[in-house]
Amino acid sequence: MQAESWQTAEVPGPTKALVITKPEVVVAMVKRAKRPILIVGHEAVDIDAGNEKLIDYTINLAKTAHIPVVATAHIVGEFLKRGFPPAGWMPAVDITNRLRDPEWKGLDGKGRYDVALFTGIPYYMQWILFSTLKHFALNLKTISLDRFYQPNATWSFPNLSVKDWNENLGAILSKLGGE
Amino acid sequence: MAKKALVVKAKELKTDVAVVKDFEVSIGRIIDETWTEPVGPTPFPSITDLREWDFKLLHRYKPMYMPFCDLCCLCTFGKCDLTQEKRGACGLNMAAQQSRIVLLACCIGAATHLGHARHMVEHVIEKFGRRYPLDVGGVNVQLEAPITRLVCGIRPRTLGDLEDVLDYLEDQVTHLLSATHTGQEGSNLDFESKVFHAGMVDHVALEVADIAQIAAYSFPKADPQAPLVELGYGTIDTHKPVIMVVGHNVISSIGIIDYLKENDLYADVEVTGLCCTAHDTTRYSSRAKIVGPISWQLRFIRSGIPDVIVLDEQCIRADTMLEAKKIKAPVIVTSDKNCQGLQNRTNDPADEIVADLVNGKVPGVLILNSEKAGEVASRTALEIAPKRKKLKIVPSVKGIIEAAKKCKLCNDCTRACPEGLPIPEAMREAATGNVQMLADLYETCVGCGRCESACPNDFSIHSFIIATAGNILKEEKFKIQAGRGAIQDVEIRNVGSPIVLGEIPGVVAFVGCANYPHGGKEVAEMCKEFADRRYIIVLSGCSAMSAAMYKDEEGKTLYEKYPGDFDAGGIVNVGSCVANSHIAGAAIKIANIFAKRNLRANYEEIADYIYNRVGAVGVAWGAMSQKAAAIASGCWRLGVPVIVGPHGSKYRRMLLGRKDNEKDWYVYDARTGDRVYVGPVPEHLFYTVETKEEAIVMVAKLCMRANDTSKGRAIKLTHYIDLHKRLYNTMPDDIHLFVRTGADIPITMKEEILDILEKKGWKEGWIPDPTLLPRLIRKRKE
Repeated sequence: MQAESWQTAEVPGPTKALVITKPEVVVAMVKRAKRPILIVGHEAVDIDAGNEKLIDYTINLAKTAHIPVVATAHIVGEFLKRGFPPAGWMPAVDITNRLRDPEWKGLDGKGRYDVALFTGIPYYMQWILFSTLKHFALNLKTISLDRFYQPNATWSFPNLSVKDWNENLGAILSKLGGE
Repeated sequence: MAKKALVVKAKELKTDVAVVKDFEVSIGRIIDETWTEPVGPTPFPSITDLREWDFKLLHRYKPMYMPFCDLCCLCTFGKCDLTQEKRGACGLNMAAQQSRIVLLACCIGAATHLGHARHMVEHVIEKFGRRYPLDVGGVNVQLEAPITRLVCGIRPRTLGDLEDVLDYLEDQVTHLLSATHTGQEGSNLDFESKVFHAGMVDHVALEVADIAQIAAYSFPKADPQAPLVELGYGTIDTHKPVIMVVGHNVISSIGIIDYLKENDLYADVEVTGLCCTAHDTTRYSSRAKIVGPISWQLRFIRSGIPDVIVLDEQCIRADTMLEAKKIKAPVIVTSDKNCQGLQNRTNDPADEIVADLVNGKVPGVLILNSEKAGEVASRTALEIAPKRKKLKIVPSVKGIIEAAKKCKLCNDCTRACPEGLPIPEAMREAATGNVQMLADLYETCVGCGRCESACPNDFSIHSFIIATAGNILKEEKFKIQAGRGAIQDVEIRNVGSPIVLGEIPGVVAFVGCANYPHGGKEVAEMCKEFADRRYIIVLSGCSAMSAAMYKDEEGKTLYEKYPGDFDAGGIVNVGSCVANSHIAGAAIKIANIFAKRNLRANYEEIADYIYNRVGAVGVAWGAMSQKAAAIASGCWRLGVPVIVGPHGSKYRRMLLGRKDNEKDWYVYDARTGDRVYVGPVPEHLFYTVETKEEAIVMVAKLCMRANDTSKGRAIKLTHYIDLHKRLYNTMPDDIHLFVRTGADIPITMKEEILDILEKKGWKEGWIPDPTLLPRLIRKRKE
């Protein structure tokens, strides 16, 4: 399936993200991952995801699938307010820089991550951070959970309506055993 | 100055035996040695002379590439796919290709400033002569050209002295650009070193351009009391003919003001400007007005207020001619770098040109003579204004509502918008008769017009936003301090010690363009935050304008509320883009005037001093241009970190430290030669943030330096922790990396921090006399 970048001119090149056509793709990736990590940007505080904010969804997802969370920008406090201390907080460029480093042992010192899920970072910034990982972290699979197609991820949703996106997010959570 | 070529030229030389035409004799260079300071190791450095210093920085701040494209398409082997560690047909890999593109961008930026400087110097030499003195601050500024002295090792005293400097800079840009050719440089780190060199060259060019214009045109000379001038659309008297100047090179604008003054017409005409030319017109004449930053171009033209548009160079919309035609305003272009396809009328009589413009016979003209451009612009404005009657192309609200009803809600506008503004939602609301949502977009719209290009209905979406925000626009009435130019030597003496010891927590420079993620208000908010905390705030360019465009409860802008001194709590507008040189110059002056370090051609030592001691940070919140990239590169080589807003990620490469790699953060103690861990100070050299809150906290953190005294470090830590707690709602997780001794701990947080340090297994260290340069170690360990 072909998909288009959400920002029209953000066209990459020959290597483009595989399209997540059904939520089972993400579920399988997460289940198969040995060391997944979830990176959440500041827009997650404002974006609605069904009846909750996207940040609340990421907390549910992280708890359900036992994925450590890195809060980027200044939103660690938002996680703490919700009683969920993230595994770490650091700038989006810093976590990207670490993820591309083959020597980095992760937040817990136990080794590299093999799957990185991203959401809530501004589209154009996320686009280019995915590009770093596409080119310089060849052993890392990246997944965009955002509503718009991110061509530099390994896997991304196509551009979805709010309704379809919410249904997909809900299905991912429930298939992983969450509510 | 140190050396000078003696060149004798004669257009025609008649003797008894012959007539010689275009006679020219060059007698090499005469050493004019009156400056007793010894020449340092790198006078007029070549593109490799400072490579070792660059590599020291690049070892700490390894480039992280963010490819904007998977391909290289610069030669006919290509396009080459560089994904998955592939190499192109020339053998280049993606890392080298990205650094090559960064170098190209910085060469463009440096060449642009350099071209500007060359034009300025040639022009003022023609007007005032080579021997015209370079007075940029009278007795208050003895160190008139700190960057030039540092890089070139010469002390320019007159306008003519600047020509040697320009020769050197042009030579360097040529070499740097040649390195980007296919089959030249192959190492990304060497490309990066050349990027730093381009940045250094750029800083010298900025300085040359600005000190030449300050001296020649008597701009404010390092004046903390430079006049407050008017800024904003609402300050313009629309009953008068209005001349709109856009660009960066003020020469043609000065031609306009001079003509109006000489003919006693200045009170009858409004001279208004956008971008850096506007800054410099107000430095020349405090009666001139600033419309706003670069992003106000479209909205101001479409308002119909300008009767004549005068363009010089840089950051000018390429479609200005098209926009101007819509409001029947003639365009006068005045730069050989920006001719807009117009006929060169430089040698035609002014009467004929004015008649052709007023009668609409031609939409615009190219005039490469500033006096004539000034006369033509002034006379045309006066004659055409009654005919134009401020013809505007902004639609009525009723018309917008009707258009909105036809909107297909296809999303093409929002997908084209750099900010992803919710235009379709606003149009949906407008279709119901409520245009408030459209009006609300005004604050965050960067004025690029991409929404209109994308619209399948050809709606003038940007005009819809302007029209619905009409009242906001009319209320834009602000005061900004005219660019003051250099920092006085005495100011440096006063603040040198508290900056180097850390007691003034930092110098924060808000510079650069207006591609803001959420409008210019965030710039003003950040300035206020740090001014209230007694940092020194310096500004230039569009950022300096944006900072002026918000008022407090008493109706005062930052420039009315805070002093213009280079001192704790000061808000200092240095001026236009080229005035950025005074910001870098201030850091250099601290090393020279306060610390008595030799300046002359002593780049590495001075940069080492600044890097380890001067807590300065640049913030280019809306940086978009190649010039901004070059300016940032000059800061990196001096060891000054730069933060960019989220759009800055598109510069394709960050220079990031790794605070978790302890081995990266050792310096030499110059007293003993010991290697000492000093923590990640500053943590990054080039860094892009997501949010204003993140930027604020990072500014406070990046102001820390290895040399901070305990008192200074405690002050800096207090700000860092306080801001982190307020904006992140928690304590920082890296405090232990910045506490060297117990005395560094802020007294009011002692117990809390001691508890954290204990949990982190912190061990007390000591404060060295820090340097990265082994040659500066005074006594080596046995």
